[in-house]
Formats: sequence, C-alpha cells, structure tokens
Amino acid sequence: MSITYLEAIREAQAKLLRDDERVFIYGEDVGGTFGGAFKATKGLAKEFPGRVLNTPISEDAMVGAAIGAAIQGMRPIVEMQFADFSSTALNQILNNAGTHYWRTNVPVPITVRLPCGGTKGSGPFHSQSMESIYAHYPGLIVMTPATVEDAYTMLIEAVTIDDPVVYCEHKYLYYHLKADKLPTEEGLPTGQARILREGRDLTIVAYSAMVHEALAVADELIGEGFEIEVVDLRAVKPLDTETVLASVARTGRLLCVGESFPWGGATAEVISRVTSEGFHFLDAAPQRINAKDTPIPYHPNLWAAHRPNAKMIAEKTRELLRE
Amino acid sequence: MLQTAPRRKKSTASKAAPHERFLEAFRWMLLARTLEEKLVSLYRGGLITGGVYVGRGQEAVSVACGLFLQKGDIFAPLIRDQAGRSAFGEPLVDVTRTYLGSRQGPMRGRDGNIHRGRPRDNQLAMISHLGAMVSVTVGALLAKRFHGEKNFVGLSCIGEGGMQTGSFHEGMNLAAVEQVPLVVVATNNHYAYSTPNDREFACHDLVDRAIGYGFEGYTVDGTDLTNCLEVIGSAVKRARAGRPPQLVVASTLRLSGHGEHDDASYVTDEMKRQPFARDCLKAAEQTIVDLNLVDAETLRDWREEAAAQVDQAISTAQKEAAPEADEEDWCAISTRALGDKIE
Repeated sequence: MSITYLEAIREAQAKLLRDDERVFIYGEDVGGTFGGAFKATKGLAKEFPGRVLNTPISEDAMVGAAIGAAIQGMRPIVEMQFADFSSTALNQILNNAGTHYWRTNVPVPITVRLPCGGTKGSGPFHSQSMESIYAHYPGLIVMTPATVEDAYTMLIEAVTIDDPVVYCEHKYLYYHLKADKLPTEEGLPTGQARILREGRDLTIVAYSAMVHEALAVADELIGEGFEIEVVDLRAVKPLDTETVLASVARTGRLLCVGESFPWGGATAEVISRVTSEGFHFLDAAPQRINAKDTPIPYHPNLWAAHRPNAKMIAEKTRELLRE
Repeated sequence: MLQTAPRRKKSTASKAAPHERFLEAFRWMLLARTLEEKLVSLYRGGLITGGVYVGRGQEAVSVACGLFLQKGDIFAPLIRDQAGRSAFGEPLVDVTRTYLGSRQGPMRGRDGNIHRGRPRDNQLAMISHLGAMVSVTVGALLAKRFHGEKNFVGLSCIGEGGMQTGSFHEGMNLAAVEQVPLVVVATNNHYAYSTPNDREFACHDLVDRAIGYGFEGYTVDGTDLTNCLEVIGSAVKRARAGRPPQLVVASTLRLSGHGEHDDASYVTDEMKRQPFARDCLKAAEQTIVDLNLVDAETLRDWREEAAAQVDQAISTAQKEAAPEADEEDWCAISTRALGDKIE
C-alpha cells in the first residue's frame, strides 16, 4: 500500500470536507464525475454533494467568490487548473485577498491550490512556478510542499489558517512521489524549514520538486567524499531564515535552487538574507540556480535544459566546493 | 426572459404620487450631499490627504441601492455611493474618520476615502480595481446559501466604466451560473474619468447585456428619485423572491470631477444640457415643493439637521489621534506567528 503526492492532496481535501462543514472546493472541472484535470478532487463531488463545484473559466471570479464566501465564514479551496492560469486572478489574490485583513481587520481564509512546475511537453503556459510572485506581495502565505507527508498536513494547515494561502503543489511530484501511508500526526508547522539531509560541507536550500534534485546530488557527492546538507524550505513565505542561517553557519557554503524564473524570487531572497545576516559564516560567495530567463520551452530537449536538474546542481555544487 | 422597462423619453419631475419612501430617501440624499460638500471644503483647505470622491448627481440611484436592503443583506457600494452607504447603515463618523485619517475609523489610516467598509456588517470594502467586487458579492451570497439562510440579497454597484472590465464580466456570468440573489446597479454617468461613452463601449444600450449574462435587465432615469426607488426597489424584491439576478442601468451625469482634483473641463456644454444632466437632488426637492409633501420650514429643518450631523461627525474625527508609524505592527496577516520576519 502506497500513496502518491497527488493522492495525499485528494485525501487532505476529503478530510477537510469531512471534518469542517465550512469547506468547499471551487474550480474548473473539479466537480461532477471528472474530478479535476489532475484528478485531485476525484470522487469528492459524489461524496460531498454540493460542496465540490465546477466553475466557468473565470479565474478572477473564482477567487473573488472565494473571498466573499470566506468573509462570510466559509473556508473555500480554489483549484487553479494550472498555476499559470492564476495570473488572470492576480488582482483578486494580490489586491483583494492580500490587502483585506490589513485594510479591514477581517481576515480572508482562502486556500488557492496551484499545480505548479514543469513536466516535459507542457510548454510556456502549463509549466510555470508562481511562488516568487505571490511571495513578493504582502498578506499571503506561500506553501511549497516537497513531500507526500507535507502535501497532506500542509494543505490541512492551509485551510485552517485564517489568512490567504497560496498552496503550490508540484505536478512532477503528483505521480512520482510516493509514501507508505498518510501521516497520522500533525506535521511540522508552516514557517519551519526541515533539514532533510545533514552534512558539513555545503548547504543546498531548495523547495518543492527541487528538493529531490538536491537530495540526488547529495547522494551522488557522498561518493566524492562530500557531505551535503539539504534544507527543504517547505514554505517560501514565511521564510525560515533561522534554519538556513544555522545550516550555513555549520557548512560555510550555500547554494539555493528554485524552479521559477531567475530575476529576483525565492532563491535571491534566501541569498540576500544570508548575505546580510550571516556574511561571516560564508567561506565562498553564495550561489543560486533557477530556470532560464525565457518562457518555458515545449520540446523535451529544450525543457530539460531550461529547468534546474540534478546534473546542473551537482556541477554548481562541485564548483562551489572548490572555492 | 429579458424584461426591459420602457425607457423614459424625457426626464421631468414626477408629478404622480411619489414613492412611499420618497421623503426618507430624500433625507439620505440631502445628508450625503451635505457631507460631501463639506468634505470638498476640507480637501480644498488642505485638511484631507489623498483625494475626495463624491456622488454628486448620483444620489438618487445610490440611495435606492441602500434603502431596500435589510439586515443580513450584502452591500458592495462603489466610489459614488455615499447616499446608499448611509441608507444601508454606515455611521457618518466612519466616513469622516476615514477621510480625516483617524486611528479609530474602520480603516485606521491604512486605507482612505471611499475604500472603506465593515465586512462583518456586510458592507464590503471596495478595491480600486473595478469589477472585482461583483464576484466577491456573489461569493458572500454563496456562503449565505451554504449556511442555509433565506430571503437575503446582495447588491453590487458599478459604473459604465467598470462594466468594461473583464472582472465585471466574469462576476456577472458567475452570478447567473450560481443563480444567486444579486442585484447589480450600473450607473452610466457618461464619463469614465475623462473618457466619454463613445470610447467606452459600442453596444446600443448597456442594459442589452443583461440577456447575454442571464440577468433580467431594467433601465432607470437616475435623475428621478421616484423612478429609482421603484425600479431598484422592485429589482431587490425580485431577487429576494428568487428571480434571476437583476441588472439595473441608470442614466445620469457625474456633476463633479472624477475626484476633487479634477475640474471636469472635458464635460461638454452639450452634455450638460442633456436630460440626464439634471441634478437629482434639486429635482427631488422640486417634487416635494410641487406636491407640497412637506412645508418649507420642514425642509429647512432637515437641511440644518443634516449640517449638524455632518459637523458632529467631522468634529469627532478631528479630535481623534492619527495613526503613528511606530505603533503600527506592520504585519499584513492575522496569524502573527506566520508573519515573515524580514529585516
């Protein structure tokens, strides 16, 4: 018996619908017998009649409606069919949900699920990672779970939190990542990074699917005599600077890996904070790897070079270790 | 089925019996006009930072939007809805506190002017991005349906400018798909800031869009209070009774700039001669005089009472402290423990 990252997301939603009558799911194709483009809501419409609702192709209105419902005491989960399409709801997410508590003192407990990240052949409009954009704006929590267990417990936590949460679930991990069973206990709280692998020579900070590329590199470099520490941020906002700094204090070297575009963003933020607050811990200039500064290519040959992977990370790690 | 009320060919003061809530509505209009004229003076005198946005010429439509809503209904007013906000129950001091930047206002200095509300009291706080509040109102109504509430409605205000946004279109379509009891009142005041109708839309009549959205559509003379009360009141009643969502398109002229920083020099003389350019407050007062609904002394008393209420609200806000930057916690989320600890 094993459970995938995608099944964990479905199970978390089933539990939320079961345990909390304020929860409903709103999105394109989530209802009926279809259960979503990725089947993250499969069977839920039947199990919870009237609470898993198909919407028109209207991302702005989907989120607007979720905001209105949340103000009136509901706990909506909005599924974006692809993270990329959430760009047409940016106004509602950033300007309405993100400002509401600050302006009115009334929090907006919505969860917006974003199927993120690249899978080959998906091209410029079905592959994006949007966490850095959402993290840039005030008023939002941005989760980026990398494990099956976190996918489950963090989604439950997202809906419990009184503030708007952008929950970035990685499409590559949907089927590739498996665990033996769902966690029975609460996970680590959001805002705490997790050291997935301890090491003394270099720290790789990653989140979402890049955590697994980093772990592969850590495995590979054992053979070369290096111990790489891998920090899984789990959420890019709030960012657990403390855990990262403590790790860099031990290793003296930092590499940050993220799948979003390179200008600014989560990896730049980590390096900025470490440089400002932990400059003296560093034995070498901190480095980062992101996707390239072009739209995400369709062809697998191009796509494989656009997105960071274990090979690129390993090369950069070796360079950094030589410094 | 589309139901379109006959368009009034010519706007004249109603000689027929006025609406039963005419005088009540008139007093809210008078209060809004009195308040906003005072806010304009304060702005010109440098006592208000940012801007002042008034509903001059749109009070009849606005008051009708607020007047027929009951406790438990949802109201999403927009920029020119002081009359409706007051009629719905917004305390006058909320307005003056927000404009004058009191720390005790609903926005506590964090937002200003017309960007205010009390969401817990079902007064939604508009954002500047037009059209966005339609779907928010739809969602609030969905929640009420989930809670099993009955006999509620929502009313969302928009202008002909905001009607041209994608967000508005999405919200309207969603309202009809969800069949929520929503009334959308769109006031065509003939200018989106400085842009006249011919560069805003090319359809014959904005109300024709109702059928495309799956709404029932009505037009109303926004300068005629009785007409506004009848048409908007009936739309609210129909929505409450479970009819499809209702669109009311009102015609009027914005008798001010977009904000008080704007002298509206682009409004042509020809435009000012149009029937829809009539001042709804003056027209309503003329009806009162013509039909002898109350005597001149009563009218004067009402005016003085409105002025006194406004003075009181301003005086209260003026005495209150402004927000202080070093007392602000600078945290944009309610879950303080999850605030990003950025240096």
